[in-house]
Amino acid sequence: MSESFSFYIDGVPVEAQPGMTILEAAQGAGIWIPRLCWHEELEPFGGCRVCTVKANGRPCSACTQPAAPDLVVENDTPQLREWRRALVELLFAEGNHFCMSCEKSGNCELQALAYRLGIAAPRFEPHWKPREVDASHPDVLIDRNRCILCARCVRASRDLDGKTVFGFTGRGPDRRIAVNSTARLADTDLDVTDAAMDVCPVGALVRKREGFTVPIGSRRFDDAPIGSDIEAGGAAEPVRQEE
Amino acid sequence: MTSQNQSRVRDICREHGSDPVRLLDIARAVQSEFRGISQQSIDTIAAAVRMPRITVEACVSFYSFLSVEQQGEITIRLCDDVPDRLAGYANVRDAFVEALGIPLGGTTPDGRFTLERTACIGLSDQAPAALVNEVPVTNLSSDRAREIVASLKQHGDPRRLVRKLGDGNNANSLIQSMVRNNLQFPGEILFSPYNRGEAIRKAVAMSPAEVIRAVKTARLRGRGGAGFPTGMKWEFAREVEADRKFVICNADEGEPGTFKDRVLLTERADRVFAGMTIAAYALGAGEGILYLRAEYAYLLPFLEQRLQRRRDEDLLGESIAGKQGFDFDIRIQVGAGAYVCGEETALINSLEGIRGDPRDRPPFPASKGFRASPTVVNNVETLCCVTRILEEGPATFCEFGTPQSAGTKLLSISGDCRLPGIYEVPFGLPLREVLELAGGETASAVQVGGPSGKLVGPADFDRRICFDDLATGGALVVFGPERDLLSIVSAYTEFFIEEGCGHCTPCRAGMPVMLDLLERVRDGRGEAADLDTLRELGNTIRRTSRCGLGQTAPNPILSSLERLPSEYESRTGDADAGLTRSFDLDAALVAAQAVPGRASSHL
Repeated sequence: MSESFSFYIDGVPVEAQPGMTILEAAQGAGIWIPRLCWHEELEPFGGCRVCTVKANGRPCSACTQPAAPDLVVENDTPQLREWRRALVELLFAEGNHFCMSCEKSGNCELQALAYRLGIAAPRFEPHWKPREVDASHPDVLIDRNRCILCARCVRASRDLDGKTVFGFTGRGPDRRIAVNSTARLADTDLDVTDAAMDVCPVGALVRKREGFTVPIGSRRFDDAPIGSDIEAGGAAEPVRQEE
Repeated sequence: MTSQNQSRVRDICREHGSDPVRLLDIARAVQSEFRGISQQSIDTIAAAVRMPRITVEACVSFYSFLSVEQQGEITIRLCDDVPDRLAGYANVRDAFVEALGIPLGGTTPDGRFTLERTACIGLSDQAPAALVNEVPVTNLSSDRAREIVASLKQHGDPRRLVRKLGDGNNANSLIQSMVRNNLQFPGEILFSPYNRGEAIRKAVAMSPAEVIRAVKTARLRGRGGAGFPTGMKWEFAREVEADRKFVICNADEGEPGTFKDRVLLTERADRVFAGMTIAAYALGAGEGILYLRAEYAYLLPFLEQRLQRRRDEDLLGESIAGKQGFDFDIRIQVGAGAYVCGEETALINSLEGIRGDPRDRPPFPASKGFRASPTVVNNVETLCCVTRILEEGPATFCEFGTPQSAGTKLLSISGDCRLPGIYEVPFGLPLREVLELAGGETASAVQVGGPSGKLVGPADFDRRICFDDLATGGALVVFGPERDLLSIVSAYTEFFIEEGCGHCTPCRAGMPVMLDLLERVRDGRGEAADLDTLRELGNTIRRTSRCGLGQTAPNPILSSLERLPSEYESRTGDADAGLTRSFDLDAALVAAQAVPGRASSHL
């Protein structure tokens, strides 16, 4: 391994190894950069853009941008906070995220991020179009209304499970999560024990018959806001959330 | 609906070596033969190329010219870009709809015709225009639309729609098109007389490093719009050690209002191929690919013949121009209808047979591009400039233009002007003089650089066309004083929504919100605060999007808000009047009225 180097995040020197992204190096130093599509076991995707930082003054996604010696990164600034807020608000305008009836409430990274970024009410008019729900699989439900197109399941199925159960079809606002069969999830080789089942940040890909096994009030983000584990110097977020 | 013969689909895959990288060619061939790619065909292709079916479906669903639904034997694609709308698109569309008896997007019950709309097809100077399968038809009117349908019903052969051939090579036996070049102002560099082989012979007499130095001395910058120094791009790729390197010519000009590359490919194809060959020599590449937008597929047989002639003349192939060890050849990849593929990393994905989603950068293509190898992607016009620089030397090239913007720029001018067409002007020419040349003096606004550029008004007409002032990939769409500019802004915004890949949040989820707010203002329901939201959200999209498309998608709104604010402010009214214009009382009462089943009375 070659020499480690340091760079700066909001003026604080941060150590990094060659090959690390800004987000990984920040994580190691106990600095939380808000993110949604990033997952520590998966290749970066650069899709949600919530981890946008400025590196030497240029906006970029911290999850894909390599750290570099003496790079000057801005992370927690009013402008970046406003951009991230707008991005999360756009996701709520794009998909119908009805937290009150969602099994993921309290464990949902989108919801937790909205709280942490101070989003209390919608600013943008909703653009909800009814999207397909697929309940064909005996153990798994896909509710595309709640999907934020983060590609975590796509990557996990392909790279961790070696299955490629998921992919994207369409483009622009018509982009959708799709499955590796003519239409139904039941016709794919997805198994409820697949790694892909553990990575969805929202309530789009959920196990059947598991409603409220962990009660509201005891859920992942009920006591501490999202990111606080990283800021407390802990390692990355646990993969399996309901254990 | 005809069933698709799966053994024939397998044959098509085999003809392409069952190579997943050739998926786009396979999909195009199946589409063309069966007029669609059925679910069953997707399964067959997936099995043949040994890819998950979702990967094939993801690709098929991405491109506008591929469809899962069965289309008619003849697909008529009406271009509904802004210049077409200015020239009477709506009447033409209505005539087609009536004559065919199907709505836009429909297919006739007998399976003979499909009618679709499509984004700019590169014929803005002869709008309204359409593609009938691959055959361009231009200067349409409602009468002509009815004639086209009547004659297609009779003989079913789109090629027989061409009655009067266009000028120059448009009349070549391998093109046989009614398209016209409209070369209004040929300049000294791109359209100068051409001596085939001269530039290559001069290049191979130099070392590759000397060739790069010549391009740098000429201060050549990329002509696609971004203006990156070409010599530097080549040097990056040259310095990377690799077994394989690639030169790609980006002939996917999709910026609405741009058609310059169409004319270069028609009249100066050899200069384009020579530029690719010189690039290959400079960076040590053995393979070249020209990515031709699907809309220009009618040029393919002609371009293939030009490539063959170059092989026959030792200007392609092994030991080019007698230079031992300099082996290079070019193939043509035809696209399938996706504006975003003009972005170089999206183009590379498309070449690899997958969805044209842009890639993250870094890594940049110069170090890791096509098939993970060092790759240089250059615009058609840039490569023509390269050839000219080698022919005449960098000093002659730099006699034109400004210190920061050397040489000439090819402009595609359309819209409200007397002489739409192609203009090769030296960089630095004020916009006002360009408008005078084109007969567009009365313009009230000009879209410079297409929708990803800027919409400017008369206050900007003394600005100069060059990289450090009014930078442009070459599209100028002129608008006369009678035009409703916000409807144009709206059309361009819709274009970006439709053409975005959907990978990242700001562009995918943000642009529809921008359009909503714009429509509200257009309807007179907007408020001053909506303009602030447009500015703020537009800026967020511009700064946080992943690729050039998303970073420029808010430009039609942002640039018109900045340069032509009265267009908006005259419709938002007085903020102090105490009215909330966006509030629609009748709409708000609908639910309450539904309960008793009668209308409430209100003032």
